[in-house]
Parts: sequence; structure tokens; C-alpha cells
Amino acid sequence: MSIEAPASRGIVARWTDGQTIPVLIVVLVIGVFWYLGAMWLNADLQRDLFANGGKTDYTTAELIEGTLSQERPKLPTPGQIIAELQKTVIDTAPTSKRSLVYHGSVTLSATVLGFLLGSMLGMVLAVLVVHARSLDRSLMPWVVASQTIPIIALAPMVIVIMNQFDITGLVPKSIIAAYLSFFPVTVGMVKGLRSPDPLQMDLMRTYSASRMQVFFMLRVPASLPFLFASLKVAVAASLVGTVVAELTKSEDGGFGARLLAGSYYGQTIQIWAALFAAAACAWMLVTAVGVVERGVSKQMGARP
Amino acid sequence: MARKTSSTKAKSTDQAALTPISGEKVIACEGLSLTFETADGPVQALSGIDLDIAKGEFVSLIGPSGCGKTTLLRVIADLEQPTDGSVRINSMTPNEARLKRAYGYVFQAPALYPWRTIAKNIALPLEIMGFAKEDRAERVRKGLELVNLTGFENKFPWQLSGGMQQRASIARALSFDPDLLLMDEPFGALDEIVRDKLNEQLLRLWEKTQKTVVFVTHSIPEAVFLSTKIVVMSPRPGKIHDVIACNFPKDRTLDIRETPEFLDVANRVRQGLREGHSYVD
Repeated sequence: MSIEAPASRGIVARWTDGQTIPVLIVVLVIGVFWYLGAMWLNADLQRDLFANGGKTDYTTAELIEGTLSQERPKLPTPGQIIAELQKTVIDTAPTSKRSLVYHGSVTLSATVLGFLLGSMLGMVLAVLVVHARSLDRSLMPWVVASQTIPIIALAPMVIVIMNQFDITGLVPKSIIAAYLSFFPVTVGMVKGLRSPDPLQMDLMRTYSASRMQVFFMLRVPASLPFLFASLKVAVAASLVGTVVAELTKSEDGGFGARLLAGSYYGQTIQIWAALFAAAACAWMLVTAVGVVERGVSKQMGARP
Repeated sequence: MARKTSSTKAKSTDQAALTPISGEKVIACEGLSLTFETADGPVQALSGIDLDIAKGEFVSLIGPSGCGKTTLLRVIADLEQPTDGSVRINSMTPNEARLKRAYGYVFQAPALYPWRTIAKNIALPLEIMGFAKEDRAERVRKGLELVNLTGFENKFPWQLSGGMQQRASIARALSFDPDLLLMDEPFGALDEIVRDKLNEQLLRLWEKTQKTVVFVTHSIPEAVFLSTKIVVMSPRPGKIHDVIACNFPKDRTLDIRETPEFLDVANRVRQGLREGHSYVD
């Protein structure tokens, strides 16, 4: 990519060789299309606003400027979203119900709890499925079927039923998060636990190893790369589950509640800001799993 | 010398079984047959195998692919179940022998666990069999020394060459000191230079440890160089075609391969393989 001599490893070479330039180009292209889209989508509303205000002799420049600074645009501009994020993340106290940090912490706590519950359940199911042929046949179809039910339909029922038993707060939301996150873990872990090749299994047999020894010394270590790939999917799914649950149970706050409130009052900027904050949280969670994965695979002698 | 080595020649399998064997029998196969049920119908992998192996012998099973030599080794190791006949290892069934951890098995591939260091790989059977920690460390050290891998204990398998990996797997098979070593084409995937070197090392190791070795190969020079007895097998169904005694001095080196005695035995093995129609189809 670089035209410079490979010997000079200056700051310019580092920029051009790495991902920085491609990423910046992609961001730039998205930005340009975003602004164009905002102008186009918001133009009608802006014309109406001008008409209502009795203003008929507006210029194109005024129209464009108007489309980019509406209070409730159909599509807010990145600038508006960033301003909203700055206001709700940095300028507002984290304890305030108007702070995205507050809502983020609500969502994250349910997400993490749900992720832990879900991955635990997923691993237990995988172990059962791998060790009992009958469970493989009887359990797996249900595991798959469970994921065909739209979570948006299931979430309110779970919350209502659990409310009946006085289970409120974090737990019902976590259970919905767990419901979404156990599936990839089960599928990945089953695959991983079955990944040792016949030779590796025969070796254990020549040592007369017990089932437990085969499990802990061969199956589990062999499954870890599969498990971590699944955990990354699961942690993102867990966040989605929590947000869906918060749509039903919005009185506790969270990104879901923010999205719901935003759509009630047509606060599109607020919705987009919550979306971006949720995406950032998901990225953080997936990265955190990745960091643990790197640590573990280094311990396990993976090629760098 | 050449005449002498061929003097125990046994034409038929029956005679092979009757060949007097000095010392106690470690492996005794009688009328061993094995038929695999496959999707295309039954396949007879082994048919009427009679074979005795005495303590301290180095026996090679040689034959073309499909002659059942690996299957025979797997039956001895209790990795396959015979459909007919009997096998005894130190008067035990293969299953009892396996549970008593009577043998070490070296596979075609090193089959080292990639998440364990070389030392930990060698310690794997020791951990499974519940050896004490200090004893484990000592045995791993000895094992590494035995296969010339001292200094590589903390490397992971991918950091070693194929030959070194296979040597590590031999150290692993010997770590718990079994009397019997079963080797299934252990050097088949290695280049000839490395293979020669390992053959010589294996011979020294056998000399030093006094183990009984059953060695599957499809290389004639390898079989003649290493063995005290060569079992020539023929395919479809897998059976023993000839048993050739081969008693070169224990301190032999690779140079012996140039001697007329060596070539004489090699020729007999080649002849046996040809008679077994091994290269016809």
C-alpha cells in the first residue's frame, strides 16, 4: 500500500500500512451519505415548518441548514447525535435519570448477569448433550425450537409471570437475556466438546482414562476456542435480550426504556443516541470476552 | 551368517505359530479374525492370525495398505474387538491388559495435545495414572533425555519439527515404563533422513530398555534393520504370509544395510510381499 521505501517506518508508513486509512475512508463515506440522507428525509418536514411559520421566500441554503438542525428529525445527523451523547453522557450527572450512563449501567448489569446465567446454562446443556445420546436426541430439538419464538413476544409473558411470584428488578430481564445467550454457547460448546479427533480419543483409551479424565484433560481444553467464539455471540445477544426486556419493563430504566420513551415523544435524536450507546456497550463486552480469550489461548500455547 | 538368519524360516502360518520361542510369551494370538461391518457389506480385515511374540523381541508387521497390520496392532491394544479367535497379553485379555496399562502405544501421528507443553504431554499418562508429582517430574526428565529432547520441555508442539514431535510421543508412551511398546508406522510421515536417524535411535532405545516392541511399517529396510522377527502380511483378507527371523547384532548401525546378509533378508521380505499379491492390484 505504501509507496515509500519499506526501510522508513515513520508515522506516515504506520498510518498507510495499518487499518487507519481504510477505516477513515469508510467513516467518511458513511458520513457523506448520512448527511445527504438527512437532507433528503427531513426536507418535507422542513418545508412544512417554513410554511407554518409563514416563511415562503427561503433559499436552498436555508432549507438545507434547517434539515440538519430540526428538533425531531426523521433522520438526525451524526453531529446532532454526538451533541446529544455529549449532553447525556458527559454533561449530565450519572445518577440522573436523564443520564445515559445511568441507563447504560442498568442495561449492563442485567446483560452481564444474563450472560453469566445463559453461558452457564449453555455449557451445562452442552455437557449433557455430549455425554448422553438420549439427551442429544431429546434435548437438542427443544434447544433449537426455543430460538424460533420471537423474543419480543416472549419477554412480556416472562416478566408478567415472574411478577406474579414477586420476582422483579434485575432477574426477569437477565432471564430474557440468558434465554437469548445460552443458545450459541450450547451449539458452540457441543461442537467443541466433540472436536477431539479419533487419534486423541484413542490415546486416552490406551491409558484407560476415565470419562472424567477424558472430559477434563481432552474435551474441555479442545472446546475452548469454540466456546470463546460462542461467548462473543452470546454476550451481544444478551444485550439485545436485555434491551427487549426493558421495552416491557421500562420503569426501571435502561437503554430499552430510553428507546421506548424516545419513540413515544418522537425524540429521534434520543433514540439514536441510545442506539449508539448500546452499540458501544456491546462492543465493550465483546472486546472484554476477546481479552479473556487472548489470555487463555496464550496460556494454552496458541500460535501468536 | 545369511544362511543362519534364514534358518528359522517358516513357510506357513501354522509353522510360524509353532516356531519355538525362547523366553516367556508376551503376546499370543490364536486363530484371530476380524470382520468390519461397513455400509458396503462386511470386510474381512484379519483372517486366522496365529502369532506369538516373546519377551524382548522386536517384531515388525509389514505389508501393503489394507493387509490388516494396523488392525492387528489395534486388536492387541484393545482398540478393536476381534470377531473370532483369542489374544493374550501376558496371559491377560487385551481389555485386562489395557486396564492394567501394560503397553504404550505410538500412533502414526504424534497426537500431542496442542495446549500442553512437551513436558506436560509426556506427563499426560502419568497424570491419568496418578503418579506422584515428584515422580512425574523425574520420569519426564528421563523421558526427554531418552529421546534427546532435553531443553524443549517448555515448548509447545507446534514449535517442534515433525521428527521431534514423534520422539516426544515415544517418550510419552514410555513414560510410565510399560514392558510392551506398540508402534503404528511411527515414522511413516517423516522424510527419509529423519527416519534413518530415528530408526537408529529407536534401536538404541530398545537395546537400552529391553522392551518388547511390535512395530507396524511398510518400509522393508526399516523392518529388516530394526527387527528380530519380521511378520509379512498379505491383504484381502489380512493374514500372515511369512515370518522371517532376523538376528543381526544388537549394536548394529545403519551401515549394515549395505551388507549381503541384510540384502538377503530384505529380498526375502520383498519376495514374501510379492507372493502375497501385494503389488498386483
